[in-house]
Amino acid sequence: MSEPDKSTARTIDIVEASLKRRYARERRFKLMGLGAVLLGLLFVTLLFFDIVSKGYTAFVQTHIALEVYFDPAVIDPDGKRDMAEIARADFRKIAREPLAKLFPEVTSRGDKRALYSMLSSGAPYQLSKMVMKEPGLIGTRQVVDLVADDDVDMVVKGNIDRNAPAADRRVNDQMIGWISKLEADGVVKKKFNTRFFTNGDSREPELAGIGGAAAGSFYTLLVTLLLSFPIGVAAAVYLEEFAPKNRWTDLIEVNINNLAAVPSIVFGLLGLAMFINLFGLPRSAPLVGGLVLTLMTLPTIIIAARASLKSVPPSIREAALGVGASKMQTVFHHVLPLAMPGMLTGTIIGMAQALGETAPLLMIGMVAFIVDIPGGPLDPSTVLPVQVYLWADSPERAFVERTSAAILVLLAFLIAMNTFAVIMRRRFERRW
Amino acid sequence: MFKKTLVVAALSAAIVSGTAHAAAARDYISIVGSSTVYPFATVVAEQFGKTTKFKTPKIESTGSGGGLKLFCAGVGVEHPDITNASRRIKKSEQELCAKNGVKEIVEVKIGYDGIAVANTKAAPQMDLSRKDLYLALAKDVPNPQGGDNLVPNPYKTWKDVNASLPATKIEVLGPPPTSGTRDAFGELVMEHGCQEFGFIKAMKKTDKKAFQAACMGIREDGAYIEAGENDNLIVQKIEANPNALGIFGFSFLDQNGDKIQGSKIDGVTPTFDAIADGSYPVSRPLFFYVKKAHVGAVPGIADYLAEFTSDKAWGAEGYLSEKGLIPMPEAERKQFAHDAKAMTPMGAL
Repeated sequence: MSEPDKSTARTIDIVEASLKRRYARERRFKLMGLGAVLLGLLFVTLLFFDIVSKGYTAFVQTHIALEVYFDPAVIDPDGKRDMAEIARADFRKIAREPLAKLFPEVTSRGDKRALYSMLSSGAPYQLSKMVMKEPGLIGTRQVVDLVADDDVDMVVKGNIDRNAPAADRRVNDQMIGWISKLEADGVVKKKFNTRFFTNGDSREPELAGIGGAAAGSFYTLLVTLLLSFPIGVAAAVYLEEFAPKNRWTDLIEVNINNLAAVPSIVFGLLGLAMFINLFGLPRSAPLVGGLVLTLMTLPTIIIAARASLKSVPPSIREAALGVGASKMQTVFHHVLPLAMPGMLTGTIIGMAQALGETAPLLMIGMVAFIVDIPGGPLDPSTVLPVQVYLWADSPERAFVERTSAAILVLLAFLIAMNTFAVIMRRRFERRW
Repeated sequence: MFKKTLVVAALSAAIVSGTAHAAAARDYISIVGSSTVYPFATVVAEQFGKTTKFKTPKIESTGSGGGLKLFCAGVGVEHPDITNASRRIKKSEQELCAKNGVKEIVEVKIGYDGIAVANTKAAPQMDLSRKDLYLALAKDVPNPQGGDNLVPNPYKTWKDVNASLPATKIEVLGPPPTSGTRDAFGELVMEHGCQEFGFIKAMKKTDKKAFQAACMGIREDGAYIEAGENDNLIVQKIEANPNALGIFGFSFLDQNGDKIQGSKIDGVTPTFDAIADGSYPVSRPLFFYVKKAHVGAVPGIADYLAEFTSDKAWGAEGYLSEKGLIPMPEAERKQFAHDAKAMTPMGAL
């Protein structure tokens, strides 16, 4: 009898001796976990801080408010109000004249060139557009906020240091003097940068916008959604509800799971070989982009759709079959509606993934300079992440803030889509 | 669900049939090619789109080699009309073109681009010779103990290379081998630097392959850091690290003159004027190539050429010079403008 007593005492001793160590281990593990989470959060915060602090200034653009005289002698010398004639008029002269008036001391040719370079090369088009819209302006004087050049914009926003030695900065003392005078006169205005959202790409940072890329992303995703959602759901329904379970369906399942892990550039190469070289579809078109991204998102959607079909309890199917519904009626009237929220969530996540993708589009020519905003899935276009990539590679200083601003817009879209997916799941998810 | 699928099928059929129509006629110019020429070509394209009745050309940045491959794939609207290149077309590429029916190619030289070796303003300006750069960056260098053999690069600091240089670690950020800038750097700096050694120069005649390897091989022990194709990234990195030098296109030096400075190469600082008059040694010509068979088939090609070769674009005071393109001398400009207007195809290389 004394033997077991001895052994229990020993066990307790062992347990007590190691207890402290085990608690300490657990604490260490918890601390490490917490540390990992905090480190992750820190990096995300740093990333956001960096992007936001660089990018927020791009949402305003420097304008110079000048009193412009829409001189009929320049715009419409014949007085016929012929629109084609007016479009050809020299609006550069109209835009430059008030600036020359403000600085009458600038006379030499070189200095004048420098003075006029304070206005964006888009300023004359701005005036021309105004007149085309309202020919009544001809002959009047109007105070117009003209777009300033990107160098002026950078100085006003403080991205080019005015106090740096003259030789070291892009903008010379003379120009800084002019900017200071304009600022003292109160004509330098920072206005919300609507062009950034409506314009297509441009090599002049002050005129460049994400409108074209956003439209391209829209058409690309539209094609992707129209193709991948029905195909993905149909494939999932067939595999889950109708297909016999045999070696072939197993093989298909394994392949679908493997496809989800294929690097996206491979789909780009496939798209180039199939859609462009074999079918002769045009390069750089959102249609081809959409087709390639469909291939990429299909596995994601099929896997999500199958998971949500699986989560519908068999009792539902049995009940439907029990009251005399056919197999097809069971699936389409009962199972599919219940599984739909899960499928939609998977689709939205797949779409968000497709929105942020650049690598496969590289191969099919969507990494391109495109000024005109695409009007359909066949026009050449680019997409938002590609626009970010192209701007990040541009030498002009003002593109730095625009790159960050474009990233912000892209992130906003991604967060909105993911939030929508989360809300859908919360609202419609059923538990049995 | 079934109906919906039918609708989708019909819709995609409509889209595809519409495509066939779109491929039959293209109303915009399609341009591919070098990422170095891209910033200049895009400015011209934008100007062209704004001032003419034609659509703005589409410009893809594919690299010089990739662009020529696409360009030479054949004649027809599905192939590009123009390709930009930061080097001259090669004989092999011309033959590929000819094989695919692209027989008449118009060559237009547009100007020069300087390659700068730069560091941050926080550190003193470097005064390097091409020989220094070769010795600092080559994979194998002539034996410092003397003798006509190559040894793996032993140099750790700039002072080891040349006693008049500071004793800082050799750390150079530059483009990867796929980049045209790297090719040009190899040709203009490394090849020139290695020929200062008689026995390597002699190899050029006897064993061309060994000569190429001795001159162009760049060390892989961490002194040369491949920083990717993004020149802005190199600028940011050398700004943060006062010991590092960076290699990139002149336009990036031009835009960031408040933060970084170009090193003197063979005694000349990279400035706009020094590159234009040819005294700065590391500069290369830029080109674009036009498919003559497409002129007339795709609207606006002749007008695009006229815009590009006009004085207001590529002239000494043109808008391209504001973007950092170094213009050609006037006589050369006139010659190429004339050839572009007459669409004179280039001869065999």
